[in-house]
Amino acid sequence: MKIVHPLIKYVRPGFLSTTNCAGCGNGIIAQSILRAVDELEMDIDDFVFVSGIGCAAWIPSPFFNADVLHTTHGRPIAFATGVKLSNPKLRVMVVSGDGDLVAIGGNHFIHAARRNIDLTVICANNGIYGMTGGQVGPTTPSGLKTATTPYGNLERPFDLPNLAKAAGAVYVARWTTYHARQLTKSIKRAVQKKGFSFIEVISQCPVQFGRRTGAGNAVTMMQNYKKNSVSIKKVDKLKENELKGKIIVGEFIDREEPELCEEIAKMRERIG
Amino acid sequence: MSNKVLTGLHFMQGDIACAEGAIAAGCRFFAGYPITPATEIAERMAKRLPEVGGTYAQMEDELGSMAAIIGASWTGTRAMTATSGPGISLMLENIGYAIATETPCVVVNVQRGAPSTGSATLSFQGDILQARRGSHGEYETIALAPSSSQEMFDLTIKAFNLAEKFRTPVFLLADAFIGHMREEVLIPDKSKINIVKRKLPPCKMSLNEYKSSLDENVAPMPIFGHGFKSHVTGSTHNSYGKRDVTNYEALDYEVKLLSKKISKHKREIISVDSEIKDSNVVLISYGTTYRAVREARKMLKRDNINVGSFRLITLWPFPEEEIEDLAKKVKKIIVLENNLGQIVTYIKAAVKGEAEVIFLPPQVLGTLHKPDYIVDKVKEVI
Amino acid sequence: MIEINEELCKGCGLCVAFCPKDVLKMSNKLTKKGIHPPEVINEKDCTLCGNCMLYCPDLAIVIGKEEKIV
Ligand SMILES: Cc1ncc(C[n+]2csc(CCOP(=O)(O)OP(=O)(O)O)c2C)c(N)n1
Ligand code: SF4
Ligand code: SF4
Ligand code: SF4
Ligand SMILES: [Mg+2]
Repeated sequence: MKIVHPLIKYVRPGFLSTTNCAGCGNGIIAQSILRAVDELEMDIDDFVFVSGIGCAAWIPSPFFNADVLHTTHGRPIAFATGVKLSNPKLRVMVVSGDGDLVAIGGNHFIHAARRNIDLTVICANNGIYGMTGGQVGPTTPSGLKTATTPYGNLERPFDLPNLAKAAGAVYVARWTTYHARQLTKSIKRAVQKKGFSFIEVISQCPVQFGRRTGAGNAVTMMQNYKKNSVSIKKVDKLKENELKGKIIVGEFIDREEPELCEEIAKMRERIG
Repeated sequence: MSNKVLTGLHFMQGDIACAEGAIAAGCRFFAGYPITPATEIAERMAKRLPEVGGTYAQMEDELGSMAAIIGASWTGTRAMTATSGPGISLMLENIGYAIATETPCVVVNVQRGAPSTGSATLSFQGDILQARRGSHGEYETIALAPSSSQEMFDLTIKAFNLAEKFRTPVFLLADAFIGHMREEVLIPDKSKINIVKRKLPPCKMSLNEYKSSLDENVAPMPIFGHGFKSHVTGSTHNSYGKRDVTNYEALDYEVKLLSKKISKHKREIISVDSEIKDSNVVLISYGTTYRAVREARKMLKRDNINVGSFRLITLWPFPEEEIEDLAKKVKKIIVLENNLGQIVTYIKAAVKGEAEVIFLPPQVLGTLHKPDYIVDKVKEVI
Repeated sequence: MIEINEELCKGCGLCVAFCPKDVLKMSNKLTKKGIHPPEVINEKDCTLCGNCMLYCPDLAIVIGKEEKIV
């Protein structure tokens, strides 16, 4: 007697057991994506999942039983741009880490947002370079001691939703792995949205972040996400000192702008 | 001008002929970033692609351009980028990715003065070895060297055909002379242009059921959007696309098979242009240097001196056997390159001491060899 | 009905921590992987809220009504 997990049908045969460490948030993000596809009743064969290099890049690769393009470090958005432009019918989703998408890949990130090309970009932000062993990254909190900031991080982290918004993204949200339900809903919205959608997921890396920086194990980290999150809807009512150390979650923007592939199609028609 | 193939006789710049060759070859995606002396290719593609239902993407940099054409290629589209040395330097990691993932695409390098930013408008043949070895690791590559505007057209088509057939990036190694020079170009009728299409897997098979990579005879390419459930990765993988990054056997298997895919089909890939007859001395050249050789041979003929010419149209894979055969027929080989000696080392190795090899760069690097300078050299060694 | 796949479980404890009804507990049992999987201690209190399944990163826990059994 067995109950079959409803998402197993989307997992590539033979790859059910992942290489993620125990309690890694990447597994929760992977399922949130698959659950969104399932709830949307979309055919996963209409998707192309594109990732870069890092633990987060292994969320779809090879786990998702779909077309998966596991690319080079920092470049998944540029690869995805080529996929989408040359076949706009495909639903293209980029899933990668904070280091991949906004350090080495930061330029592709802002330019894809500026172009408003119809991509869904999901950033698994663990605040660290997980795969290479816990070095500081562009989203590491100031002051934190990491493998390459033994005296504390002297730099400030990016605020990714506001970066994406300023660069021109039409849908932007931030959640934590604790908000898996809201995250699923947001992914559904992002997939249906025409244009550049971006979702940041604050995610626990219990090994290279938790253990090294003293943030604790997966359970502690997720309990802290729960405790420290504030909905963006309430932010205006809070004073600056009340927001210190808080994670602002929710939808940062949801607007309509002309989408690149559609504009290209119109241009082709215009010039005959 | 919305014709896909501009059949007829034209007076065309090399860069434009290259773009037209691409359109004629069925290229429908171009991603690039402006750089002299390759910009005209991008400009022409920006105008022409939308006319024929294709897409031009001006990316934020060359890293992105190379990435985008690989992405496009995986949707089944013929894709190309064009740049010069500095751009190639930025593309090299993703060129390695295209080799490892067996992604057909064409990369045009209109070479210019270097190193570094060098001299944008000056010509040079400085990136010959970069094309062969620039990306990291161990691999085989294909590179063609056009000598005229006509060949910018013809060899671009050939580059696409080789890329599609062997599922690999193919370089077109032009230079500022060829890119910017205007000459007659005869564009044949569409029906006369041979187009090779990549092999696709049988419909409705998923990746998990058939070998999609690492076949020395080229595996069918499971392009996106057809339910193949492809897993494309630059990580070490097996023939089913399964990542295996912790064992040497997997590494050995992948590297050897990727290389063999090219080396096994060398005879089919390589083309050379040989006019030896009974000459004891032969001039080896490629790309623009061949133009100087042609002039020098005419002058020598007037003095009743018969020297042969051996032109490499394919630079990589290196025509080793062809050179070896040549060395057995002649006494002296003069190698002309517009650099300080890149392909000459490969030629010396292939000659195996059967003939004397003399290297001849131009007097002033970057400039075309002066024909009388070549003539004097020939008379000196004869 | 709650089913735990001990081959997939990595023993992270998230299911236990986020079960609102204390239905689960980490067991003393050691799996082949050398980890302690959770066990069901109080199934009658389970509301089928889905938290355990939602937060398990490894698809190792499934809940479902008895009729859904295949
Ligand atoms: C060009 C290049 N530089 C560096 C690396 C090494 N590298 C692999 S993963 C990684 C960091 C990934 O960090 P992130 O994107 O945050 O992913 P995470 O592992 O934290 O999920 C780095 C620097 C690489 N693979 N390629
Ligand atoms: S190192 Fe961190 S991010 Fe990588 S799998 Fe382990 S827990 Fe996850
Ligand atoms: S479904 Fe809810 S109540 Fe039942 S075991 Fe899981 S978390 Fe606990
Ligand atoms: S959440 Fe999943 S992996 Fe973690 S202990 Fe529970 S069943 Fe095991
Ligand atoms: Mg990270």
